Amino acid sequence: MQRYVVGRLLLMLPTLLGVAVLTFVIMRMVPGDIVELRYASGGAGVSQELIDQERALLGLDKPMYAQFVDWMGGIVRLDFGQSLWTGRSVLDEIAVRLELSIELAVLATLLAIALAVPLGVLAAIKQDTWVDYAIRIFSIGGLAMPSFWIGILIVLVLLTVFYWSPPLTFTPFLEDPLANLSQLIWPALAVGYRYAAVAMRMTRSSVLEVMREDYIRTARAKGAGERLVVVRHALRNSLLPVVTVISLEFAFLVGGLVVTEQVFNLNGIGKLLVDAVAHRDYTLIQALVLLLAFVFVFVNFLVDMLYVVLDPRIRYT
Amino acid sequence: MQRAARRPGVGLALVLAILLAACTQGPARSGAPTGAPSGAAEQPRAGGQLVFIVSAEPPSFDGHKETTFAMLHPTAPHYSLLLRFDPNDLTKVIPDVAATMPEASADKLSYTVKLRDNVKFHDGTVMTSEDVVATYNKIIFPPSGVSSPRKGAYAAVESLSAPDKSSVIFKLKYPSASFLTNLASPWNFIYSAAKLKGDIKYYEKSIMGTGPFEFASYEKGSAWTGRKFKDYFLQGRPYLDGFRAVFIADANAQKNAIQGQQAMIEFRGFTPQQRDDLSRALPNNLAIQEAPWICVNYVSFNTTQKPFDDPRVRRALTLGIDRWAGSEALQKITIVKDVGGLLRPKGPFAMADADLQKIAGFSKDTKASQDKARALLKEAGQENLTFEFLNRNVTTPYEPVAVFLINEWKKIGVTATHKVKETSAYLADLRNKNYQVGLDFNCDFLDEPDLQLAKFYSASKLGAGLNLSHYDDPKLDSMIDAQGRETDAAKRKQIVGDIERYAMDEMAYQWPVLWWYRIIPYNNKLRGWKIGSNHYTNQDLVSVWLAN
Repeated sequence: MQRYVVGRLLLMLPTLLGVAVLTFVIMRMVPGDIVELRYASGGAGVSQELIDQERALLGLDKPMYAQFVDWMGGIVRLDFGQSLWTGRSVLDEIAVRLELSIELAVLATLLAIALAVPLGVLAAIKQDTWVDYAIRIFSIGGLAMPSFWIGILIVLVLLTVFYWSPPLTFTPFLEDPLANLSQLIWPALAVGYRYAAVAMRMTRSSVLEVMREDYIRTARAKGAGERLVVVRHALRNSLLPVVTVISLEFAFLVGGLVVTEQVFNLNGIGKLLVDAVAHRDYTLIQALVLLLAFVFVFVNFLVDMLYVVLDPRIRYT
Repeated sequence: MQRAARRPGVGLALVLAILLAACTQGPARSGAPTGAPSGAAEQPRAGGQLVFIVSAEPPSFDGHKETTFAMLHPTAPHYSLLLRFDPNDLTKVIPDVAATMPEASADKLSYTVKLRDNVKFHDGTVMTSEDVVATYNKIIFPPSGVSSPRKGAYAAVESLSAPDKSSVIFKLKYPSASFLTNLASPWNFIYSAAKLKGDIKYYEKSIMGTGPFEFASYEKGSAWTGRKFKDYFLQGRPYLDGFRAVFIADANAQKNAIQGQQAMIEFRGFTPQQRDDLSRALPNNLAIQEAPWICVNYVSFNTTQKPFDDPRVRRALTLGIDRWAGSEALQKITIVKDVGGLLRPKGPFAMADADLQKIAGFSKDTKASQDKARALLKEAGQENLTFEFLNRNVTTPYEPVAVFLINEWKKIGVTATHKVKETSAYLADLRNKNYQVGLDFNCDFLDEPDLQLAKFYSASKLGAGLNLSHYDDPKLDSMIDAQGRETDAAKRKQIVGDIERYAMDEMAYQWPVLWWYRIIPYNNKLRGWKIGSNHYTNQDLVSVWLAN
């Protein structure tokens, strides 16, 4: 098991290196650069001399391989460089936004689990009754409506009915839990609904499948109560695909809430990534993509480890 | 379990009921918002924090280096300028840290500026002429490795010196008509000579000025705050205790923040639709100020490529546009309005309407213009002209303006395909001559021919990087130079008119479509702020106050 874990961890390195190379090359193949944007996008005319000078200051006049070597050399020393746009450390730029993104991802995940697991199980055990249909309609609604659209509706309802809108800036939870939640609960609801819908349908189908297994019949034959059968035997055995879906969604939420963050004006990783791409801020884009790739790879690894806990039959050697 | 299962249905019904209420509530509310602020007649009140919106974050904090309003709006309240635009009359230049207006020598080659003696930096040190000289040296004669995009505006300056602690002398190589107004440039923050001496890039990441507000905090990606500077040199100012600039990129989120009264104003502007939405939502809490804007879209041609090297083709395309009808239609949906030449309509250098209408493409006789356009295209052998029209992926006002142009060109038999690119790629294409015809743009802080005509200089000379039509024209260069050195206002205006006729009509190198129009709906508690014809000046908040 130990050898497997070490092997899996080491395998992350070539994956991340591949991501780094791809991101580096692709961004430089896209026309335009940060200097054009910085000096010309506001409408002020600037001379070619200034553009060339600024490119040289940022090291963008060097050959691509030299820029790559500089960047990789920095990463080895855990120096991810400075944002080309703000001149500040890339890690500082990310750290400020990461707290919000992770908290939102956690909130949405908790909300999704709280809705998806009980409703998914309920739909399965009440299969083809009005309860099942109602839950399926509810979940299809979540799949059909994009999160940002639900977000826009939430904002409009709050504004036009309650004459209130969520705070404009982020307050850390430990500083003021109420202010924190009054900002984040709405996007968590918008995102969590869609997320819950995916997990709910997965839970339902997985529980339905397990409920037809021999060991469920055996448990019932032995006189076990329905609650015990569902919770101890059916639910636990149907959790593997549900955990996979929930974990991958969580990894996505850390950096993928681009539009929802715009709707609620959240200063998160998704918005930072969009700004970085719009500004052609190469160092920031490269660091962010690496971070998001790491989150995906690491969450996948954790899910694999969790399988062992959930299903004693699984053993890694 | 059954009870739990019933809840989503009830919740759904509740949501639907709320949505229905929301849908019926908006249009039912009505009422006209107030117009101009009534601050002039009222006694300003001290106290309070102004919360305003900035739609992007500052790249660095250095006003001398940056070109975006996103830097200016949060940082301007921390700084003073040598001269400034009068907050009550934004066309007039008045002293800021200067004690009086500069005194010019008889030959207009030397300007002496006397400074106030009570100006302090936020760290408590007294501002002297040494600081002003260090500031302007950085702007006009930047050392190697320091960017100063506006140094060209001070090309006439030969040197500057400080004969004593309270005087600065600017020596010019030749008389410059725009020199004084350029000293009121909102970008020319007065910096500390000591800080610049320690690190010439100190101000890229730090704030330390002599302005009405001290720097308090910067929450990256979220907000910027400033607090009143107690030792500010103007007694009793500023009125506000502080300000908070919140960064909101999305236009709808900005509107929602104003509607939810979480922010009072966004200083760049909203669309007519957003203004009307806010008027309906806040009938009793909204004021609106509107003004012509020193921003304009140009149609630029890649004159290095056929057939756009032919003035007849370029002229035909401007003749094909009915700008007057376009203005009527487009001002209802986007932020463009006035028809004008190379200088802002209604501005001090604007051409009279009668003269303007004689220029190709500006006549109100649309049919005659279009007939002439077809004839010119035929003469140039381009009756079925087809080209790609390059535009940036910014909706307001670029998209509707481009759609309007393409539709107008159809009427003279020209087919233009709208080619929309993300801003960086669009700018790269314009600079690298990788386009046929494109929608260019220009924004300035001042109605000043030296600024607005800079992009008409020859591309291989002073227009390098600015002139995106990529032509060289020594005759036009000398005309632009001549107006810049002409200190007689009437004569200068005449030369500017000649330039407009030559560049827009005879050669039709690049020509304006419609000038932008600035619309600022804001919370009517905000007083003492007056809209100007640009979104760069009057941002120090020194006269702004909040009503009870």
